[in-house]
Amino acid sequence: MNVHQEIAAVKSPPPLSPEVASESRRPRPAPGQEAPAIQPKLTVEHLNAWYGQNHALHDVNLVVPPRSVTAAIGPSGCGKSTFLRCLNRMHELIPGARAEGTLRIDGKDLLGRDVDPVTLRRRVGMVFQRPNPFPTMSIRDNVAAGLKLNRVPGDHAEIVERTLRQAALWDEVKDRLGASALSLSGGQQQRLCIARALAVQPEVLLMDEPASALDPIATAKIEDLIHELKERYTIVIVTHNMQQAGRVSDQTAFFYMGDLVEVGPTEKIFTNPSEKRTEDYVTGKFG
Amino acid sequence: MNALRWRRFVNVFWTVVSGSAVLLALLPLVSLLWLVTSRGLPGLSASFFVNLPTPVGEPGGGVGNAIVGTFFMVGLASLMALPVGVGAGVFLAEKGEGVAGKAIRFTAEVLSGVPSIVVGIVAYGLIVAHMKRFSALAGGVALALIMIPSLARSTEDFIRLVPSALREASLALGVPGWKTSLRVIMPTALGGIVTAVLLAVARAAGETAPLLFTALNNQYWNLDPTQPTASLTVQIYNYAISPYEDWHEKAWTAALVLLLLVGLLNLTARFLSRNRLQGAPR
Repeated sequence: MNVHQEIAAVKSPPPLSPEVASESRRPRPAPGQEAPAIQPKLTVEHLNAWYGQNHALHDVNLVVPPRSVTAAIGPSGCGKSTFLRCLNRMHELIPGARAEGTLRIDGKDLLGRDVDPVTLRRRVGMVFQRPNPFPTMSIRDNVAAGLKLNRVPGDHAEIVERTLRQAALWDEVKDRLGASALSLSGGQQQRLCIARALAVQPEVLLMDEPASALDPIATAKIEDLIHELKERYTIVIVTHNMQQAGRVSDQTAFFYMGDLVEVGPTEKIFTNPSEKRTEDYVTGKFG
Repeated sequence: MNALRWRRFVNVFWTVVSGSAVLLALLPLVSLLWLVTSRGLPGLSASFFVNLPTPVGEPGGGVGNAIVGTFFMVGLASLMALPVGVGAGVFLAEKGEGVAGKAIRFTAEVLSGVPSIVVGIVAYGLIVAHMKRFSALAGGVALALIMIPSLARSTEDFIRLVPSALREASLALGVPGWKTSLRVIMPTALGGIVTAVLLAVARAAGETAPLLFTALNNQYWNLDPTQPTASLTVQIYNYAISPYEDWHEKAWTAALVLLLLVGLLNLTARFLSRNRLQGAPR
């Protein structure tokens, strides 16, 4: 495993700010698991997850390159959302749930007992299936919520504008930043939630079916947004929609019954998968 | 056609039956409001709110000290009950799944079913028997014991109404759990919690039994927590069981004042909780 020797050689890389990240070396498009010598952003090894007695994820191994989009697909209940929620340790918040294995971001272990999930979650942002803005806060305060609640110093107004622009929402809300977040449409609320997640400057963005509650136009906007965000962030997206996975991702992971059946470049998974089960699923024979 | 006619008849029949049930249920309420208003209104004047009670036969007396006493003791009770009740409610909502949570919830349920006269006896035994004196403090403790369980349960319910998606959103931003509770969950549930507080206050303001042998009564102004204190409810009780006609009139008027007070609190609570529901996400 060359990759891990590489990781060991890198002495605790400083957290990349988005500006620095976009200027540094980009990975080749559609990197596969065999892609050589790019330091992976996320490394998952032997990840197992349980809900009480229910073994929901079996021995998942996966490498996510930086500034790429990895899509997790599979039928309902296959473990793809559980996998996503392990990446920022939201999984363990469910009573009786636990996860074991190795999970590294820039080579540093995340699942250890001595790792504070709170600091982890500041580096790994999350966007949920249903838009969930804070109802008691204005649009502005929603975006700045993570900064305010964590007492991050700095010019919040500037960050609010920049992240709203990144989330392609600025022009629609710039004249009513003080209005309730609930006055926005569903698609706007979801982009607001993306801006809120970006405002704390995460390195990785997890998206749990971010467009499944939205209409086709709002969905298209979110997908465009994912393309742009890829320039700066490492994105892992769970989706039910295989066309969406095909459109937005560089790498696709197919989950079935708690197993990671196959992972590879998106094009390969959809046109020439190695596993029979993957082929059956992407061609619509089941699922 | 015949079947349709029958169906229409059945429809009308049950509409009439359920409608009459509503009227029947409203009858006691309307007659109560009517009786209290018609008997109490003649004695109502500005001086009734500010004057001290007068002896039998002397006109112009009021229940000013009893109104102040009720507010005073309900205030004392709220000081004790709000932190404990709301705090327990937050605990139940956040960590209420374990053994401790279940035990506390069960205890709160049992406590809220305890007859208020029993609560009065407990406060008597705890405080009056030791101080060897009836006092506003004992009355306040008795009222607090009545407020705490209902406060805890309704606070828990209102916090649980906050969608878990908001908690997850906050935690996913790297906000610690306690800050999420305090700054995200609590503000969202605030309207509900205020409602719960107002309803508990209204209930305490209307209690008589716990005050009968804790705060007793007082014919004069009192804001000393170690002294016996008048309250509207006990004042009504004393007036009503007296043999004097003009005290009976005063009992009616005091009852009207109490009704207005409690009604106002309930209406405010209802108004606030309606706003909260309209503001809530889907």
